Amino acid sequence: MPVLLAAILLICAASAQAETIHREKSLYRDLYVEEDDGRRCLKFRTRNQRDSSQSCVFVQRPDLLALNYTHMAMSGLLLKPQPKKILVIGLGGGVLPRALGSLYPQAEITSVEIDPAVVAVAKRYFYFQEGGNNRVVTQDARVFVKRAGLKKERYDYIILDAFNGDYIPGHLMTLEFFQEVKKIMTPDAVLVANTFSRSELVNHESATYHKAFGKFYTVSQRDSGNRMILVSKHKLPGRTEMHRNMRALSPQLLELGVQGRKLLNGLDRTPGWKRSAKVLTDQYSPVNVLNAE
Amino acid sequence: MRTALLLLMSFTMGFAIMSSELLGGRILAPNFGSSIFVWGSIITVYMLALSLGYLIGGQWSMRAPSFRKFGLLFLVAGLSLLHIVASDQWAMDWVFVRIEDPRGGALLASMLLFFVPSIIMGVAAPYGVRLLVQSRESSGKAAGFLYFVSTLGSAAGTIMTSFYLVVWFEIDQIIYCCTGLLVALGVVALLMPDSGSQEVEA
Repeated sequence: MPVLLAAILLICAASAQAETIHREKSLYRDLYVEEDDGRRCLKFRTRNQRDSSQSCVFVQRPDLLALNYTHMAMSGLLLKPQPKKILVIGLGGGVLPRALGSLYPQAEITSVEIDPAVVAVAKRYFYFQEGGNNRVVTQDARVFVKRAGLKKERYDYIILDAFNGDYIPGHLMTLEFFQEVKKIMTPDAVLVANTFSRSELVNHESATYHKAFGKFYTVSQRDSGNRMILVSKHKLPGRTEMHRNMRALSPQLLELGVQGRKLLNGLDRTPGWKRSAKVLTDQYSPVNVLNAE
Repeated sequence: MRTALLLLMSFTMGFAIMSSELLGGRILAPNFGSSIFVWGSIITVYMLALSLGYLIGGQWSMRAPSFRKFGLLFLVAGLSLLHIVASDQWAMDWVFVRIEDPRGGALLASMLLFFVPSIIMGVAAPYGVRLLVQSRESSGKAAGFLYFVSTLGSAAGTIMTSFYLVVWFEIDQIIYCCTGLLVALGVVALLMPDSGSQEVEA
């Protein structure tokens, strides 16, 4: 009996070991791919060793969105249910472009990622593929957005997720950047931006979004430290309309493993922040120092 | 007295060089991003400009070097930093529209903004050494000591700018500060009464 117990414990221990199937030091970060019990995640090494998962897939069910915070990126669909030109800033494992591509096969999806290593890993380990309506541009997001503005490109669904948990690119948090993003949004476009819920930076961030876009929503989930900001270029729709959109979308969202109701419940129409917080501009954006406070 | 002023001026020039170089990254980021080649462009331009400045400063130090001229140099250097503030927006937009490749763009923008001010700032180093040197025997010592002081200034400029100044002030304000310091010190040196020998005790 003790031998059997020991054997069982050994097997459990062995299967509980996460296996690192890829490790790389790219130009921008230390990244690795870890697989644990059928769940494969892209992780970035961070200072405090609490390495954050950027993207995850279930190897047996790559069609599902495995990471909770990626569910929140779908919340913009409650405001804009049928996007046609989607821009995803920050590729990670490419799970969001892939999910949106499966929901909206006719939509044109552009992903912008500064780190070519991340693009390669997404293609190799996370079932991400370029082609057809799906393209990747390897470039700094600010440069891309600025040039897109010059070329008069327009997008109706924009996901901004360019932060890797440790380092925030300060030039992607400023009023001028948001104004450049606003310029490439169609009149009914929606912006979903990943942010940090902790630290003094939250107030500066909110103040800057408010200055650029006016009223905005936030989306949060209790089991995730992430908070997302939801912005629409014109008036945000009322709860009834969003409820209607949610019901219409629910079956498709469920295919991704996302519960529409949960998204709606996590929506905050009146987020608060310290109104005296200074707006971030290209002249003043010491975001990493502010985030450390 | 003169020695102290010379050392303070060298320290401050080192400070201003690094402070403006670090701010360069923040200035270029909105148009060219923050990839490694942006930093590469800035550092390349600074190194090139400083090297030219050293050459010019060395040559200039052969023509009746004086503390007054040193002061004049600081005045001009301080004012030249204002070029960065005045031109950054239009210069970067001008480059961005014409050059698609952000690497070439970053390099050209860096040249347009930082090249001339950095040459002027580079002139100070060898000129200061000339003012400090008393004899051939001790010339290495003088040079070493002045580099020690000016590089300490660079270290101070680096840490102060990146840790504190960017949190307390806007980019333009920090550059105005550097200008103010250089101009103030330049004026003091210009107003120093003439002594018999223009040289300074090492």
